[in-house]
Amino acid sequence: MRLKGQAHKFGDAVNTDYIISGRYKFRIQDPKELAKHVMEDLKPDFYKTVKSGDFLVAGSNFGCGSSREQAPIAIKGAGIQAVIAKSFARIFFRNAINLGLLLIECDTTGFKQGHRLEVDTDKGYVVNKANNKKVQITPLPGFMTRIIKDGGVVKHFKKHGGFKL
Amino acid sequence: MAKTIAEKILSAHAGKDLKSGDYAICKVDFCLGQDGTSGLIIDALDKIKAKKLSARSNFCMVIDHSAPSPNIGVSAIHKKMRAFAKKESLKLYDIGCGVCHQVVLESGNVLPGNLVAGADSHTCTYGALGALSTGFGSTDLAITLASGNNWFKVPKTLKIVVDGKLAKGVYSKDLILHIIGDLTADGATYEAVEFYGPAIKALSMDERFTISNMAVEMGAKCGIIPPDDKTIKWLKQWTKKTIKPVYADNDAVYDNIKHYDASKIAPQVAMPHQVDNVCSITKLKGKPIQEAFIGTCTNGRLEDLKIAASILKGKQVHPDVRLIVAPASRPIFLKAMKAGIVKILVESGANVVTPGCGPCVGTHNGVPSDGEAVLSTANRNFKGRMGNPKAFIYLASPASVAVSAITGKITDPRSYIK
Repeated sequence: MRLKGQAHKFGDAVNTDYIISGRYKFRIQDPKELAKHVMEDLKPDFYKTVKSGDFLVAGSNFGCGSSREQAPIAIKGAGIQAVIAKSFARIFFRNAINLGLLLIECDTTGFKQGHRLEVDTDKGYVVNKANNKKVQITPLPGFMTRIIKDGGVVKHFKKHGGFKL
Repeated sequence: MAKTIAEKILSAHAGKDLKSGDYAICKVDFCLGQDGTSGLIIDALDKIKAKKLSARSNFCMVIDHSAPSPNIGVSAIHKKMRAFAKKESLKLYDIGCGVCHQVVLESGNVLPGNLVAGADSHTCTYGALGALSTGFGSTDLAITLASGNNWFKVPKTLKIVVDGKLAKGVYSKDLILHIIGDLTADGATYEAVEFYGPAIKALSMDERFTISNMAVEMGAKCGIIPPDDKTIKWLKQWTKKTIKPVYADNDAVYDNIKHYDASKIAPQVAMPHQVDNVCSITKLKGKPIQEAFIGTCTNGRLEDLKIAASILKGKQVHPDVRLIVAPASRPIFLKAMKAGIVKILVESGANVVTPGCGPCVGTHNGVPSDGEAVLSTANRNFKGRMGNPKAFIYLASPASVAVSAITGKITDPRSYIK
């Protein structure tokens, strides 16, 4: 899979409350409406700056905190095609894979706000077009790549009549 | 091969020998959803189109996160949950039953050695019963409910040994905050944690639930306390089922072993806006607060309310502070009434609200104003968590919160505890 997009940079420990606040997740069910509030407590009106196909770039422990699936739903709803971070928290990691939101784990230190990035998941690297530096991706286990390629866990489950580990 | 508790429980539920790093399909013993996650569970089930819900009798939904409903959007979700429960003959605990984790504990549905999945990150609470219990998202939960199974990665295990004895005025909340401060919010990501040592054994069950509840705040998949006589006695209040504890082998392989000395720990506070931003309460002495909150799946249990009442008895909450108390469940609420605890709290000026999560998750029942400081017994202090990104949330033990509610500023409870 090859993807191109612009980086929106955030720091470490972006929790799911910051991705989508409890103020909204309990009363809004429409993903497009939820997306209007994505990352709002960290950057008000963030969604207005996102173009479809952009990347959300962060430091370590992205998605820590609550189990709310509205977090990856809001990210996807905003048009973000992948989250690129140094590491992901466990429940968010599963939720994103389950919904078919691509997660890229790599050293994001050199990626800054607005940098154009090119991701090649097959070759396993991200190229930062700002300086043409290549960064190695920590590969996803094959099982999870299958879930993403199948379009999320529900489609995977239906296609194989269960999990195909 | 010698095994940790997580390796044993997952092996037993996969029907094959597993070690850390393996992936397997495991049978789940019990699963649950709450009103923040169940709407999406129902939507996911619609897409799965399962002929039957295999885990139907081992599942429940709890309306606790915004209960009673504060607005039309939430009312629609509650209505959807009630209709779904009726249609599928599922167990639903409606408003007022309490916080899902206390409700499930009191239902007697979770036993030592069980594998439990909940669409709520604090499902790790049941680790205090010796279960492998972990948080899931809604789609994962829907698949579990439909098939009775899900996939698991067998985690590495971090062993935490707590020696010594907690000083007077220092509680299990202070201990777990101290550990999280030391290990950090991603110090145990994707790991199982096993808690050992005399300081853990000395804790009551209510205190142990606080420890396991916060395992997720260091990124852990679960936080297991090996069952002992106290665990068995506690369980027998709620279930007649056979109890078969699972213990780690003596030569089990741990990813890391950390030692702490309980006697050296002072009351702790997690400062805004991260749970691992922890310091001794003495450093914040005198910091004014405008709101105090006692409740949640971390510290809304009977012992917590008892401690608060013992401090607030005959005293008044400071005029500049709103004190909100939410018992963790209806049985706790009733017991607190019978014991005169509720009367003491209300007479002191506390506002006792419906058992549930409300204030902690910022849905209703005490949203702070801009610039205000809240001292809370909850497990999270993220910016905006209580409904206002311009407020500041500090986390502490029920004793620290009760004492500070009287003085109007963050106060070390040690000199107040007889």
